[in-house]
Amino acid sequence: MIAPDTEDGFIRAITAAAADRTPLAVEGFGSKSGFLRPVQAAETLSTRNFAGISLYAPKELVVSARAGTPLADLEAKLAEGGQHLIAEPPTYAFFDRPGGTAAAQTIGGIIACNLSGPRRIAWGAMRDHVLGVQAITGAGAKIHSGGRVLKNVTGLDLCKLLTGSYGTLGLLTEVTLKVLPIPEATGTILFYGLDSGQAVTAMTTALTSPFSVTGAAHLPREAAMALGLQRPATLIRIEDFADSVVYRIEKLRSLFIEYGPADQMDTVESRKIWTDIRNARPLVMRPDYGVWRVSVQPSRGAGVLSQCQAAGLDGYLDWGGGLVFLSGPANETSHHAITKSVAEAGGVWWLLRAPDSLRSAVPVIPAEPGPLAAIRRRLVQEFDPAGILNPGKLHAA
Amino acid sequence: MFGLFAVTGQNAYCDAALLEDRLVRGNHMVRLPIPKPEILAQCEQIIAELRKILPDDRSVITDPIRLKPYESDGLSSYRQMPLAVVLPETTEQVAALLRFCHARGVRVVPRGAGTSLAGGALPLADAVVIGMMRMNRILEVNYADRFAIVQPGVTNLGISKAVEEQEFFYAPDPSSQLACMIGGNIGMNSGGAHCLKYGVTANNVLGVKLVTIDGDIIDLGGRHLDAADYDWLGLIIGSEGQLGIVTEVTVRILRAPEGARAMLAAFRGNEIAGACVDAIIGSGIIPVALEFMDRPAIHACEAYAHAGYPLDAAAMLIIEVEGSLEEQDRLLGRIKEICNRFDPISLKVSQSAEESAAIWKGRKGAFGAIGRISPDYLCMDGTIPTSTLPQVLHRIGEMSVQYDLKVANIFHAGDGNLHPLIMFDANDPASLHKAEAFGADILRLCVEVGGCLTGEHGVGVEKRDLMSVQFTEAELDLQRRIKSAFDPDWLLNTAKVFPLVEQQAEQPQAA
Repeated sequence: MIAPDTEDGFIRAITAAAADRTPLAVEGFGSKSGFLRPVQAAETLSTRNFAGISLYAPKELVVSARAGTPLADLEAKLAEGGQHLIAEPPTYAFFDRPGGTAAAQTIGGIIACNLSGPRRIAWGAMRDHVLGVQAITGAGAKIHSGGRVLKNVTGLDLCKLLTGSYGTLGLLTEVTLKVLPIPEATGTILFYGLDSGQAVTAMTTALTSPFSVTGAAHLPREAAMALGLQRPATLIRIEDFADSVVYRIEKLRSLFIEYGPADQMDTVESRKIWTDIRNARPLVMRPDYGVWRVSVQPSRGAGVLSQCQAAGLDGYLDWGGGLVFLSGPANETSHHAITKSVAEAGGVWWLLRAPDSLRSAVPVIPAEPGPLAAIRRRLVQEFDPAGILNPGKLHAA
Repeated sequence: MFGLFAVTGQNAYCDAALLEDRLVRGNHMVRLPIPKPEILAQCEQIIAELRKILPDDRSVITDPIRLKPYESDGLSSYRQMPLAVVLPETTEQVAALLRFCHARGVRVVPRGAGTSLAGGALPLADAVVIGMMRMNRILEVNYADRFAIVQPGVTNLGISKAVEEQEFFYAPDPSSQLACMIGGNIGMNSGGAHCLKYGVTANNVLGVKLVTIDGDIIDLGGRHLDAADYDWLGLIIGSEGQLGIVTEVTVRILRAPEGARAMLAAFRGNEIAGACVDAIIGSGIIPVALEFMDRPAIHACEAYAHAGYPLDAAAMLIIEVEGSLEEQDRLLGRIKEICNRFDPISLKVSQSAEESAAIWKGRKGAFGAIGRISPDYLCMDGTIPTSTLPQVLHRIGEMSVQYDLKVANIFHAGDGNLHPLIMFDANDPASLHKAEAFGADILRLCVEVGGCLTGEHGVGVEKRDLMSVQFTEAELDLQRRIKSAFDPDWLLNTAKVFPLVEQQAEQPQAA
């Protein structure tokens, strides 16, 4: 493993690899190396030694960190300033896959995979808060895009292009993010016993109310039991000043009388359960299970979940039905059941955990339209002419 | 009217027919590509072909009188008549037009409402302007899933109007929202006064239908939140028509809060108002809008709107919060307490929607207000780290003296987006030239203090030649190569965004 502690070190490593066309597996701590397709690489290039917060300006709502900064360190620093990462990035419980590494992850990895938690429904994804990036392209060129200001439309937006590109276009060395104050209080309403369809209806009522709901998830029985709840649970979250949370929870409860008695959680309980939901803790996991993540029009989420349950998978809904997490036997039967159902619903999917054999055998994200594939190949050629950065991570060659 | 110069160099990113030269017009200069002689020579034939694609008489405009409105956009000091203007009504027509232009090597300038302040829709003499205004239908509204699918010619405000009955809205609200179209908003990644809470266009769009220069139709994103694969949507939004033409947009629509209310706070100095902004943000309150006006802006807007702005103030903030009446009272009460720590000249909390509207009226009418005291003005659009505001305003004040031109500053204080309005007289060419130099100096200053050239208006032709202030040559080169991946022949909105490659090779000279 090559793990430089300077920018020049990354430039040297990538330039050398490009010169002799040595494929590199790009990672931080490798927590997400089991996502998508396995990379056939001769060498691993890690950002883990390139860490540190280079700028924190709480009054300007910005923080910059080197890519190898552990997420936990960054979050701790922000918490000192009473702030947090807006999209509440997850630390997935299923990271520790067989043969995988520890669950610690870097901010660079979070950005490279564009992973967001429940608050995405209200406040946007990680990609929406990336203000600036610095990266080394596959040609060994140092580039920057964006900056440290909240509004910037100067030139093509490479921040968004690199975010979620899984290290295939360039190695991120530093990111600058918008941050926000941690809300004073959090409150949660829970209903029990709804089926997925009823739950999506209830969540839609909440999300189309004027009360700024910041979380809406539904846990079927198995998922609820994984969190110690005895029945299917539907959860609605409000985050704001304490008096507003009290007011809004009360207003929401009055909208939901038809769903019968509801429970309520205070700030401490709420933060705990939403952290579990964020981290995919409700997923039923067994050693031979795969994990799929699905983004779909919210009203189609319940249908996708039911169809997949009928095919023997387990799962739960976040983002008001727009995010479906699924787990089940890691085989082609499961995979086809999921991809067929999601395609019919007009959504997209990612295969996030499975043995290498399955991840190499099936597409791990939906196929792109033909004309876009041609553009994508030309674009990748410009960033990574030798094809050395995480080759094949997203698409088979 | 204009002089053409011989071609001497080879543009690495274009074929030989795309070599750049100067176009000098009257006393004013903007370098544009030399029109392709073969295109001008075949003008009649090209128009005949365009008429075959769009058989409706009114859809292909070549009559100089009807072309006139298209010769410029909101940056009206730059003008150029195009070869023709075409007004397609379907995605298939746009695809056919682009396929034809690509095959014939004809340059294309996409246009929405033409409200760009950066010259993003400035025509070229050998280009076909593709105007999207006839594609102005709202195709689908889905409240449960909180999206609307609209054509690019729907106005920004038109989306909010279409969904207001159900108390929904489309969040980005540029000042031109009455006229500007969502297609243009996509091109420029438009913002507005409420970005601090709701984000800009890129944060509020779920999908687009993109037509490439090859005439291929590609759906990017969809009706869901996260897209798999590369963030093509993020790349397209704000790409200023360089990568393709968008013919359908899926926007997020949001349920409106229970209510919103504004307050005014006036201070004795720019530094004091700036410190107050810091204190508000530091308290954990994120207002939906936090607008700053300096003394010249206050005076101009008050004379225009009679909004009751304090004329003795050096700086003024408009602060807006959302929620129920009780929530508004609580938040405004907290903000008032904070403002009181900064020795305000006056604080005025609106007591009603009408009073809030009056407070906003002056700010939203700022451009009209400046227009009343100066026949012409340039509206600049840099972004700065908010902590540098006092320093930046001080430097702009010094430049104003040095250039002998008045300037009023309006600032989205929450997000650092600064709009200096430089007043000049367009009848005096020297005055325009000075104003442009002043504007360029301000933008260089924005970059110097850690900000950027443009926060929400885009680069267009206006800031094209300043791009090297913010980007290295290698970075610009990579951006050009990304454009080439979509548009290998550089036919889409040529001569915008990227500095002309041979620019340094020749000095401008008058015709």
